[in-house]
Amino acid sequence: MLDAGFFRRWLTAAAAAVDREAERLTELDSPIGDADHGSNLQRGFAAVVTTLDQEAPATPGAVLVLAGRQLISTVGGASGPLYGTLLRRTGKALGEAAEVSEQDFADALKESVEAVGRLGGAAVGDKTMLDALVPAVDALAESFTAAAAAAEKGAESTVPLQARKGRASYLGERSIGHQDPGATSSALIVTALAEAAGGSASGGDHE
Amino acid sequence: MVTMSEASGETRAVPGTVGIVLVSHSGPVAGSVAELAVGLAGGTATAPVAPAGGTEDGGLGTSSELITSAARAVDGGAGVAVLVDLGSAVLTVKALLAEGDELPDGTRLVDAPLVEGAVAAVVTASTGADLDAVEAAAREAYDYRKAD
Repeated sequence: MLDAGFFRRWLTAAAAAVDREAERLTELDSPIGDADHGSNLQRGFAAVVTTLDQEAPATPGAVLVLAGRQLISTVGGASGPLYGTLLRRTGKALGEAAEVSEQDFADALKESVEAVGRLGGAAVGDKTMLDALVPAVDALAESFTAAAAAAEKGAESTVPLQARKGRASYLGERSIGHQDPGATSSALIVTALAEAAGGSASGGDHE
Repeated sequence: MVTMSEASGETRAVPGTVGIVLVSHSGPVAGSVAELAVGLAGGTATAPVAPAGGTEDGGLGTSSELITSAARAVDGGAGVAVLVDLGSAVLTVKALLAEGDELPDGTRLVDAPLVEGAVAAVVTASTGADLDAVEAAAREAYDYRKAD
């Protein structure tokens, strides 16, 4: 079972990963975006960690709803409302339970990824965060580690794609050959999930 | 009654009148489009217009705080029409609307070009039209062709 502490560990690990990789995310965002993805997410996730420390929400749902709201209000770029919606939706779906099963979390996250797709009007293959998130939530039924590997692979799969959403889509064919920054940060966030689950090779053990 | 004080940028809600919020990645763009729309509406511009441009520290981007406070400032109980430029502006407003309690009741994201839509929305709202009519006027701005 996963409690509020697990979700706080996840978001703290995600914040650390984003902080560590901020420069790389911004570099990836330079040729095809507006070179702010790293700094935007750094600011957003730092605010998430601060808020979680201050308010110490007691349930998984409350942790995720609070984190999502914080991302929407502090990121300042498109990834804010997208990741914010992802977390907030998941939190709402988990309700007020003190602990949730890995299956419930996987189901909630999967539905939220679909909601993110609708919000941005994007699908797999458009060279967006969905290229990492969709395979990740599909693999989540297996384990957190499998989800992290799928997200990583999904992010790499965006290199040959032509962007069909967001600012990069204005570049047409010139967007080909660059890894999508949003898919890259998605892979970091999913990998943080495996870290929060214990960081062991076995990843999300099913009870 | 001019509702956009140029000196302070303060905006007051007008009871029974649809409020207009203009969201851009750039503070100066949102402010200038507001000024343009009010100016082109001439002496008839009585609807409250509030720009919500850029980030809170003056950079390029979208601020949910600025959008929320702009919507509250122009809310006179008849609804608020929000016009946006692109990308994170669109997504932030959609995410705020999905929150349910962040924006005043009757706040609507209007599918319209920012500049032309703003002019149409301000003129229409200033006649006392309801939110549906303001939205329709702003959307119609898409139909105006500029070249063959």
